[in-house]
Amino acid sequence: MSEHRDGNALAGPLADIFTAEATTAQVRCRACGLSTTLAQLVVYGPEPGLVGRCPGCTEYVIRVATTPSGTWLDLGGATSFHFTSTVDVPIR
Amino acid sequence: MTGSRAETATAHTLSLRVDEWSGHLPGQHVDVRLTAPDGYQAVRSYSLAAPADDCVIEITVQRLPGGEVSAFLTDIAMIGDELEVRGPLGNWFVWDQDDPSPVLLVAGGSGVVPLMSMIRARDEADIQTPFHLIHSVRTPQDRIYGDELTRLAAQAGGPSVTWLYTRTAPPTETRPPGRLRQNDLDDGSSRTSGATPTCFICGPTGFVEEAANHLLAAGHHADRIRTERFGGR
Ligand SMILES: Cc1cc2nc3c(=O)[nH]c(=O)nc-3n(C[C@H](O)[C@H](O)[C@H](O)COP(=O)(O)OP(=O)(O)OC[C@H]3O[C@@H](n4cnc5c(N)ncnc54)[C@H](O)[C@@H]3O)c2cc1C
Ligand SMILES: [Zn+2]
Repeated sequence: MSEHRDGNALAGPLADIFTAEATTAQVRCRACGLSTTLAQLVVYGPEPGLVGRCPGCTEYVIRVATTPSGTWLDLGGATSFHFTSTVDVPIR
Repeated sequence: MTGSRAETATAHTLSLRVDEWSGHLPGQHVDVRLTAPDGYQAVRSYSLAAPADDCVIEITVQRLPGGEVSAFLTDIAMIGDELEVRGPLGNWFVWDQDDPSPVLLVAGGSGVVPLMSMIRARDEADIQTPFHLIHSVRTPQDRIYGDELTRLAAQAGGPSVTWLYTRTAPPTETRPPGRLRQNDLDDGSSRTSGATPTCFICGPTGFVEEAANHLLAAGHHADRIRTERFGGR
């Protein structure tokens, strides 16, 4: 079994970029069309480069790399992101 | 860092005072960043172990053999040290305390940390939602939060708790030591009183995937299963 994690591990790196919480977003895979919660992506790689793969077809959906100069974000494997207001649990 | 206490021979709970903290949800985590004198940085995620006490938060770190960050946090970091912490993070692997559905919690090793946060939040808010925790550990000495869980489980309206031992079981235990089996979880689901439980599974990646497969095979719906993989095998 390989050493992957899941999209929960992307929360920190993506918090730098999105104002909305990213792990609850619905993301659609460009390769197979599967729509999934970002938290359920299969995430490989230690810092600084994380690759989130589709749980359906294993193609890459999103890549995030943090370098000293800043953060690189490659969303080329996704056709859409849907940030819903209802899925987010409010902070009490 | 304002405190460090041993939970087991290899797991330590660290208390961290943060500049500003507006609270968090049970199940959320923080990212801890360490910077070496030469500028090399390492970032790892650690689940918040309990509801915040003002601006003091707690994480519980399991030392891993050869682990870069976990060994530093458990063995080298001292009270007074400054750590870089970002959070709270992640809104998906969280328990919504307004949801009345029973909850089945399945943990492998340090995967109990975010689930304990849910149990402590439930206790603090005095909520009676049925909770059942199944915690897989190697030996009785590896039970993180063992005394507190035993005490909570003994209270009226407390969570029910089952430990599964993979290497050495206490003499009173009838289940032979071994990895998670299908019927370990069948038993757990029947305790959540018939209603469809929300399931939270957390721990090393291999454990989480095995447990999720067992729950699916037992008829739990994928939509009701939330997982968090810590990495490793
Ligand atoms: C969202 C999230 C929350 C987390 N919460 C916690 C927490 O509350 N407490 C906690 O102790 N850890 C937690 N982790 C795991 C933590 O982030 C680190 O991966 C872990 O501490 C190992 O880091 P390291 O630098 O010590 O080991 P590394 O130097 O990265 O790795 C050392 C060796 O340990 C193996 N390894 C890495 N992770 C694990 C693992 N989880 N189990 C078994 N072997 C492993 C690696 O394969 C490698 O061989 C969490 C991870 C995520 C993604
Ligand atoms: Zn796909």
